Amino acid sequence: MALEYDLLNENVKKCQYAVRGELYLRASELQKEGKKIIFTNVGNPHALGQKPLTFPRQVVALCQAPFLLDDPNVGMLFPADAIARAKHYLSLTSGGLGAYSDSRGLPGVRKEVAEFIQRHMFVVTVCFPHSDPELIFLTDGASKGVMQILNCVIRGEGDGILVPVPQYPLYSATISLLGGSLVPYYLDESENWGLDVNNLRQSVAQARSQGISVRAMVIINPGNPTGQCLSEANLKEILKFCYNEKLVLLGDEVYQQNIYQDERPFISSKKVLMDMGSPFSKGVQLVSFHTVSKGYWGECGQRGGYFEMTNIPPRVVEEIYKVASIALSPNVSAQIFMGLMVSPPKPGDISYDQFARESKGILESLRRRAKIMTDGFNSCKNVVCNFTEGAMYSFPQIRLPPGALQAAKQAGKVPDVFYCLKLLEATGISTVPGSGFGQKEGVFHLRTTILPAEEEMPEIMDSFKKFNDEFMAQYDNGFGYSRM
Amino acid sequence: MRRFVIGQAKNLIDQTRRRPPQPHHHNNLRLLSLLRPPASDTTPVSSPRLFSSSSSDMPGSDSSTSSLPVTLDSINPKVLKCEYAVRGEIVSIAQRLQDDLKTNKDAYPFDEIIYCNIGNPQSLGQQPITFFREVLALCSHTALLDESATHGLFSSDSIDRAWKILDQIPGKATGAYSHSQGIKGLRDAIAAGIEARDGFPADPNDIFMTDGASPGVHMMMQLLISSEKDGILCPIPQYPLYSASIALHGGSLVPYYLDEASGWGLEISELKKQLEDAKSKGITVRALAVINPGNPTGQVLSEENQRDIVDFCKKEGLVLLADEVYQENVYVPDKKFHSFKKVARSMGYGEKDISLVSFQSISKGYYGECGKRGGYMEVTGFTSDVREQIYKVASVNLCSNISGQILASLVMSPPKPGDDSYDSYIAEKEGILSSLATRAKTLEEALNKLEGVTCNRAEGAMYLFPCINLPQKAIAAAEAAKTAPDAFYCKRLLNATGIVVVPGSGFRQVPGTWHFRCTILPQEDKIPAIVNRLTEFHKSFMNEFRD
Repeated sequence: MALEYDLLNENVKKCQYAVRGELYLRASELQKEGKKIIFTNVGNPHALGQKPLTFPRQVVALCQAPFLLDDPNVGMLFPADAIARAKHYLSLTSGGLGAYSDSRGLPGVRKEVAEFIQRHMFVVTVCFPHSDPELIFLTDGASKGVMQILNCVIRGEGDGILVPVPQYPLYSATISLLGGSLVPYYLDESENWGLDVNNLRQSVAQARSQGISVRAMVIINPGNPTGQCLSEANLKEILKFCYNEKLVLLGDEVYQQNIYQDERPFISSKKVLMDMGSPFSKGVQLVSFHTVSKGYWGECGQRGGYFEMTNIPPRVVEEIYKVASIALSPNVSAQIFMGLMVSPPKPGDISYDQFARESKGILESLRRRAKIMTDGFNSCKNVVCNFTEGAMYSFPQIRLPPGALQAAKQAGKVPDVFYCLKLLEATGISTVPGSGFGQKEGVFHLRTTILPAEEEMPEIMDSFKKFNDEFMAQYDNGFGYSRM
Repeated sequence: MRRFVIGQAKNLIDQTRRRPPQPHHHNNLRLLSLLRPPASDTTPVSSPRLFSSSSSDMPGSDSSTSSLPVTLDSINPKVLKCEYAVRGEIVSIAQRLQDDLKTNKDAYPFDEIIYCNIGNPQSLGQQPITFFREVLALCSHTALLDESATHGLFSSDSIDRAWKILDQIPGKATGAYSHSQGIKGLRDAIAAGIEARDGFPADPNDIFMTDGASPGVHMMMQLLISSEKDGILCPIPQYPLYSASIALHGGSLVPYYLDEASGWGLEISELKKQLEDAKSKGITVRALAVINPGNPTGQVLSEENQRDIVDFCKKEGLVLLADEVYQENVYVPDKKFHSFKKVARSMGYGEKDISLVSFQSISKGYYGECGKRGGYMEVTGFTSDVREQIYKVASVNLCSNISGQILASLVMSPPKPGDDSYDSYIAEKEGILSSLATRAKTLEEALNKLEGVTCNRAEGAMYLFPCINLPQKAIAAAEAAKTAPDAFYCKRLLNATGIVVVPGSGFRQVPGTWHFRCTILPQEDKIPAIVNRLTEFHKSFMNEFRD
């Protein structure tokens, strides 16, 4: 055989990606056997019944079949503003959806993204410059952008990237594929997954003492899987820290539309950085990521995203452009989705009312679901759960009794994997064990999305509670909890 | 500036290559080590020169930004090293010219830029296949399927097909992430299409759908390459995706030269020679990349030749990476496309005998749907533990885009006789393919009429790759301008005619020979003007530089 397992790139073998790991594969098997599975393992809203927003789908359908635009009857199927918008986006392409675009994405769409970022930063002053379309690259989903930037930063295992723990495993997987070192910083569960800058200092000092040059820091805001929203004051501390320690900040802001409380609205790292002024606004290198997969859009299957670079030298931008050009171009229909996301229908447009109604409906329902889920988990024995302030996930801590730890050991499973497999077999709820995201030693979690349909939510939580009660009754032999 | 530096390096290399004592292949491997970063470099004399010039001579260099964590000096050297000429310097110049043309029309002897640098058919006016786009529109906005007016605007089989596809997607959710290998029902359609094409069974579980063919190539390189000790045999000239991907993953490109004199033939003796040579340098060759039909060279391999290649891979234990994205683009009656899988199976070789990856794309063929980013790889002859690793890497990327997946399934299962759209589909398809054949022939003949130019016929793919015998005076002028001679020619061509082509050095070529790659994609009515402009330019170029 030409390609033996032993000969594979070690970095590939090392890489782990739990969101589609053992639990997901078992769930798929059970589904094939005819069992009803509730997939809460991936933030994939449409798979759980969320309907796509009508207006963008109308526009993209017209772009797919531009000959419809010449048909006198097109008005019977499409509103005038969708027709106008389709013509607008087709005019930005050089050959419709079937032609490669510029490798950075269509210039016209990048301009719309820049204007969107600008609108969210309010005033333009001398020290508060315009967002520049040349520094915005469209990508096939945000993940592709993260990989491109990390590929640029990581030269070898001597290069470290600060990553929150728990983290979205894209980061650990990519760092390991690229052969770099993941430098963890722990979020504080007792402080609602707060980010303590003192922890960061310790992590950096420790990594440096091991000869690792820490080069970048990742923040996920709102948090995945932890759901917390960072405050402006906290972001300022982080940016100062990056300035002092010379770290590139990668701001994963893909959940910026998903906010379920009013105390801390989303604020972008870019805005905070620009507000801080000199020397920070020119001295911190920042790359921000966004996507069409999340928010009330949830258009995961389109694979659309962008990143914006701040304070990255032009010649490095050129290198990133070169690497992007090897992939030719991001897919054009997702670029149009991105254009529509950053410039949705405005009040007065024919489609505005419907668009506003649909998007508000989705967000309000998500907010209610976040609450049902947190409350549901907190009512279960040996389960504690922080409120989902944002994003799409609930990340309850499961205090596994010693009996369960022992049973897991006997089954040859990590304890939380053991728990999640049992949950899956008993209820059909497919979750991801906390070990896939990283957690403090001896503490166990699971991640579930808050995406199942609202009307199914009470039933899901009931079936979870029933399972958990039985599990705890079976394994809790009275010797106390495992929590350190 | 980077390009300039690398251009300088190329000159240096090309000069050393033209010195007679060493055989070509040896020098070509030196090129690899030369372009390697100082840290891992084994040729101390040339390399620091190359890199010091890039960091110190630069106006507005990073001195003002040196306190930043990420600068040109501190990024991944593999990123610096890789190159992708199809979108390189000449294209940047063309884009500037195009912008300037809008306001400054009279300054140029042409009124438009004609992009012959990249296989991007729809950007040059090729129309998409109506049936495919109807289905995609219906899948993009599924509410259309409930409207009675839809029946007036769409063909009946496109409506049927859209329903059929939606039924294969869990929850009919075209906005959801799919299985990381692609939607199972669509992979079933692709496997059935491969089976119909080859006459041998295909397994949907062997199909990995990707955003275009390129991510599949990257995935395989990532799997195969651990260090510069791992080599991949690549044709020279090659499509630069291969050299770029190998560089990004830190491996070694082991070149094998196609024989221009025999219509870019692939000689097994050359493969053997290069394999031995690589071994003697401590490189373990892991795979052989074959592009059939060829890019940029346009040759279609004979079945007999393919059998020899399969035997070679089997004997040497190499993974065969078969780039078959141009399988629908064959223009000559005496040649036919055969997939490597069909050839291997017809020789009696099964799963256990040969590891084979076949790449297909929706960007090429008569469909030319580049902007959709759809494609797949069919992976056969790997153990299950290796397959799991491929799946894992695919899963980090979540999935490829759904409309690209749908289109890939349509391309492999187009309308059949009796379907409502069949006649229009065949007319559109035949129209595109026969026009491409005409264009290939016209351009080839025109090129062969030029002084000092010889051009093999484009049997397939989308490109012509003429050899230009440049006069010494032109080579000297290029060297004075610190540019490769073929790039010099191509820049002159662009400035005089607005025609954008890619210098042969971007694809690599036998040292001392010069080529350019030109697509056959401009619409047929533009071809006569292109021929005229090209002919005029070449005449005046030769008048200026003839020795």
